[in-house]
Amino acid sequence: MTNPIQSLTKSVTVNDNPFMKPIEWLSLALLVVVILVVLPATLDAFRLNLVGKYLTYAFVALGLVICWGYAGILSLGQGCFFGLGGYCMAMYLKLEASSIENTKIQSTPGIPDFMDWNQITSLPWFWKPFQSLPLTLILVIAVPVLFAFVISFAMFKRRVGGTYFAIITQAIAAILTILIVGQQGYTGGINGITDLRTLHGWDIRTDSAHNILYFVNGGLLIGCILIAQFVKKSKLGRILVAMRDKEDRVRFSGYSVAGFKVFAFCLAAAFAAIGGAMFTLQVGFMSPSFVGIVPSIDMVIYAAVGGRMSLFGAIWGTLLVNWAKTSFSESFPDLWLFGLGALFILVVLAFPNGLAGIWREHLEPRLTRRVKALRAPAPAIIPQSAPAE
Amino acid sequence: MFGEYSLGDLSSIFVMQGFAGLILFSVYVLMALGLAIIFGQMGVINMAHGEFMILGAYVTYLCSTFFQNHLPALFPIYFFLAMILAFMASGALGMLVEWALIRHLYKRPLDTLLATWGLSLMLQQAYRSIFGAREVGVELPSWLIGSVQVTDSIEIPINGLFVMAVTVLITVGVAVLIFRSRFGQQVRAVMANRPMAGAVGIDSEKVDRYTFGLGCGIAGVAGSAFTMIGSTGPTSGQLYIVDTFLIVVFGGAASLLGTIASAFSISQTQSTLEFFLSGSMAKVLTLLAVVGILMLRPQGLFTLKVRR
Repeated sequence: MTNPIQSLTKSVTVNDNPFMKPIEWLSLALLVVVILVVLPATLDAFRLNLVGKYLTYAFVALGLVICWGYAGILSLGQGCFFGLGGYCMAMYLKLEASSIENTKIQSTPGIPDFMDWNQITSLPWFWKPFQSLPLTLILVIAVPVLFAFVISFAMFKRRVGGTYFAIITQAIAAILTILIVGQQGYTGGINGITDLRTLHGWDIRTDSAHNILYFVNGGLLIGCILIAQFVKKSKLGRILVAMRDKEDRVRFSGYSVAGFKVFAFCLAAAFAAIGGAMFTLQVGFMSPSFVGIVPSIDMVIYAAVGGRMSLFGAIWGTLLVNWAKTSFSESFPDLWLFGLGALFILVVLAFPNGLAGIWREHLEPRLTRRVKALRAPAPAIIPQSAPAE
Repeated sequence: MFGEYSLGDLSSIFVMQGFAGLILFSVYVLMALGLAIIFGQMGVINMAHGEFMILGAYVTYLCSTFFQNHLPALFPIYFFLAMILAFMASGALGMLVEWALIRHLYKRPLDTLLATWGLSLMLQQAYRSIFGAREVGVELPSWLIGSVQVTDSIEIPINGLFVMAVTVLITVGVAVLIFRSRFGQQVRAVMANRPMAGAVGIDSEKVDRYTFGLGCGIAGVAGSAFTMIGSTGPTSGQLYIVDTFLIVVFGGAASLLGTIASAFSISQTQSTLEFFLSGSMAKVLTLLAVVGILMLRPQGLFTLKVRR
C-alpha cells in the first residue's frame, strides 16, 4: 500500500492557489445546504436538537483535524476544553437561573442550589465573573485556551511529543474529571450543572429557542471551518505539515517548532470550547461525563472516521458516527460498543484517511475522468499520464 | 491537619496507610510491569491492557465457582491454578491480538492507541454480555481471611500479604526472565536495535509476539491478584489504565526498576494523602504532581540508554 499521508502532503504543499479549490467550494456549499436547509426542513424539533448536539462535537473534530491531522499532535484530552467551554457557559446560565426570587427557599438565596446543599454560604470567587454575559462570552474561549496554552507550552518547549503527549493529555482529562466530580459544592459534582433556564432573559428551553440556537450553531461551525481553512492554506498550515513529517528539519530551518505546535493545540482548544458552550445552550446542562477520557477519545474517532486530513470529512464523520450511535443504541444497545470498537479498528487498519480518503483515492479520480470524458468527446486526445489529482 | 492526632496514633496511621498503599502498589506493579514490557519493548500503547487484566480476574472468578461447586476439597488451593490459567488466557489472547492487529501498526504508534482502544471497547462489551453488568467477587478460601495483629493498634490483612508475596514473586520472575534467560536476551537485543538483532539471527517477529503475550499474561495475573482485594466489573480495567500509563511513563518507559520505583512513590503518596483528604482530592493531587514532574523531566525517573 502506498503511504496515503505522503500523497496527501503532496496535494497540500504543491498548492499555491486561491483560498479554496472549486471542489472545496462545492463541499462547503453542500455542507451549508445540508446543515442550514435540508436538515431543518426535514427533521422534527427533537431530532433537529439532536443534530445540533452532534454538530457541537463537530467543532472538536474540526480542531482535531488541525491539531492531529495537520500538526501531528494527538490530543486525548479535547474533552477538557469542550467541558471547560461548556462549564463556563453553564456557570453563567446557572447564576441567572439562581436569582434571589428563584432560590428564596434556600438557606442562602441567590447561589446555585447545589452549593446550598453542600453548606456553601457565599458565591466562590471563580464564579463571580460569570455574573456578566460579555465577560462570560470572553471567558468561554479564554479559559480553555489559557489552559491549553499552559499545558502545551510546558510540554512542547521540552520537546515532549507523540505518544507521551497523548498519555499526558489523557491524564489531564482524568484529573479534571475527578476534580469536578470531587468538588461537588463548587461544580455540581457528578450531576453537573443542571436546570438551566434563560440566557440574558431569553428562555432557551422552548422549541423556537432550540431552532434559533441550531442556526447560530451551524453558522459558528461554518465560521470555524473557514478559519480552519484559512490556517490550512496559509504558510502556517504548510509549516504545520512540514513539522509533522520532519520536525527536525523545520527546526533546523530556523522555525520555532514549539510555538507552532502551541498555536495548533490552542486553536483546537478554542474550537472545542465553542462547541462546549453551544452544547450547554442547546442541551441545557453540562456534566463531567463530557470531560473525561471516554468522550475525548470518542471525539478523536469522529475525526478519524471523517478523515484526519479533511475539514469537511470531520463534520461528516461526526454526524455519521453519532447518527449510527443513536440508531444502533435505540434498537440494539448491546451491539453498539462492539460496532464502535470495530469502527476504531477498521478505520485504523483499513482506512487511515477515513471517508475523505475513500473519496479522494477512489471516487474523485473516477469522477474527474468522467467529467473530462464528457468535456472532451474524443478521448484519444487526453494523454494517458494526465495527473490524477 | 496533624493537630488532633497524638504521635503514637500518627505512626500507626502511617503504618496502616503505608500498608494499604503497599497493596495498591502491588496491583500497580503487576499491571505496570506488563505495560512497561509492551510499551518499553515495542513502543506499543496498549489501551486494552486493563481489559486483559479483567480477563484474568474473570478467569479467577470462574475457577472459584468451579472449585466451589465441583471440587470443594481442593478449594483452599484453587487460587494457584487460577493464576496460571489467568496468565495463559490473557497471554494467549495477547498473542492473538498481536498477530491480528498490532503487528500491522508498529510504524504508527498513535494509531495503535486508537485500535487498542477499540479493542478495549469490544472486550468490555463482551464481558458485559457474558458475565453481566454487575460486579462479581470471588470467594476467598478461609486461610486468606482475617488479619495479623502486629501491635494492639496495627492490623495487617492476610489477603493483602498474599497479594504482596505474589507481586514479589512475579517481579523477581520477570527480572530473571528478562535479564538472565536466553529469551530475555533476545528481547533486550530487539529493544536496543531491531535491525541488528535481526541480522544476528533473532526472529524479531516471534520475539514481538511472545513479548506482547508475556506482557498481557502478567496483566492477567494482576487481574487474578486484584480479585482478592476488590470486585470485578466489565469496566474495572478502564479505571486503572490512566494510572498505569502514568506510572510507566513516570518511571521511564523502558526501565523495569523505574516502573517499580514510580509505582511505589505514586501508591504511597496517594494512600497517605487519602487519610487526610478525601479520596478524590488525594488522587487529583498525586496525579497532578506526577504530571507536573513529567513536564519538568519528560524522560521519567530512570532512563535506559538506548540508541534510537
